[in-house]
Amino acid sequence: MRKYWWKFLGAGLLLFSVIFGFLGETPRREILNETIRMVYFHVPMWFSMMALMISSLVYSVRYLQKGNIRDDIYASQFAAVSIIFGILGFLTGMLWGNFTWGDWLPKDPKLIAVEVGLLIYSAYFILRGSFDDEQRRGRLSAIYNIFAFASFMPLVWILPRLTDSLHPGNGGNPAFGSDMDIKMRMIFYPAVLGWIIIGTWIASLRIRLKLINETINE
Amino acid sequence: MKEIKSLIWKDIKLELRQQNTINTMVLFMVSTLFLCYISFMLRTDNLDKLTWNTLFWIILLFSAVNSAGNSFRKETSGRHLYYYQLAGPGAIIMAKIIFNFLLLLALSLLGFGLYLALLGNYVSDYRLYLLALVLGSLGFSSSLTLLAGIASKTDNSSGVLAVLSMPVLLPLINMLIKLSKNAMDGLDFSVSYDEIMTIFGIDLIVIALSYLLFPYLWKS
Repeated sequence: MRKYWWKFLGAGLLLFSVIFGFLGETPRREILNETIRMVYFHVPMWFSMMALMISSLVYSVRYLQKGNIRDDIYASQFAAVSIIFGILGFLTGMLWGNFTWGDWLPKDPKLIAVEVGLLIYSAYFILRGSFDDEQRRGRLSAIYNIFAFASFMPLVWILPRLTDSLHPGNGGNPAFGSDMDIKMRMIFYPAVLGWIIIGTWIASLRIRLKLINETINE
Repeated sequence: MKEIKSLIWKDIKLELRQQNTINTMVLFMVSTLFLCYISFMLRTDNLDKLTWNTLFWIILLFSAVNSAGNSFRKETSGRHLYYYQLAGPGAIIMAKIIFNFLLLLALSLLGFGLYLALLGNYVSDYRLYLLALVLGSLGFSSSLTLLAGIASKTDNSSGVLAVLSMPVLLPLINMLIKLSKNAMDGLDFSVSYDEIMTIFGIDLIVIALSYLLFPYLWKS
């Protein structure tokens, strides 16, 4: 119990955010209307993706420092789960965009940033696939992971702020969070935390599977 | 500093002596330009400004990927081992970046001249456009050198390099196209200040990262 309490916490937070996300009160806004509830599902995907990417980065740096193959497995599995969250965030965003902006794929710098991010992490897995020696694979893919992360960050955080964007907080739109009242925040923050915990849980299962496979193969 | 200088000299001499590779790069660029010239059915006078600019940067990008991919392939791995004993990894990567920068700058200036001659001239502020070329060459060379080092360790290095570098170079290309579009429209320098600073910032980050990460790369 002492070790896996956080899994109950994650499941509980998620259940809470889903139930109250659909039933709770929301402010009436033009255009947004009831679709404002998507904020409990769409935005946490990006938070989880960023959290998982940062974890992957941390383990890549650790691998370069210590050369322990476990760190490489951690880094690759965190990256794999972050791609899944990226795709989910993309799909929920498309659905939301269809009802508010009237287009499944509007031309928006944040969308481009995410598409590029998915390309970068796909390239990371292609690079991993092209080595047989695990030490070499670990070192080179860790270098690429750090390098790609550093060039991905300006794309997400700086470029959308320089150009016009439909997303809040960019191009003169009100900053993130100012649209939400206290009742929405009470559901939004647990949802973010819940999804991050679930993402970590999925990643930890994959890591354990990989480690068991490694031991069997040896 | 002295190490870097002599390493750059070594690369330049090597390049001039093996004229085959440099001729390949120049010919690649020229034939791509000619291909575009023919593909527009020679009707280059009613080309859209945006198309003109984007096409040029895409040609440059492909030439850069093609030429920088050679930077670790020219010499045998035994020779590399020899250099690593003579100089530190920091000096080697810096020398490679500076050499690639000079090479790409020469290539892009040549390409720019030919492009103006073949596909018409839409530029009104040459100084700003040239600045975009310099910043672009610096950005391309700094990111491509480390990635070429990674890709050279794989079996299918040219394919892997293309896959690795395209997404990484996208933010840079995005800003460069904006900056050069400003130069074409002849906008005031102060309008493009944001873009210049962002590109310069990206270049600096990438160079610093290459310097930090290369010591881990050359061990394998």
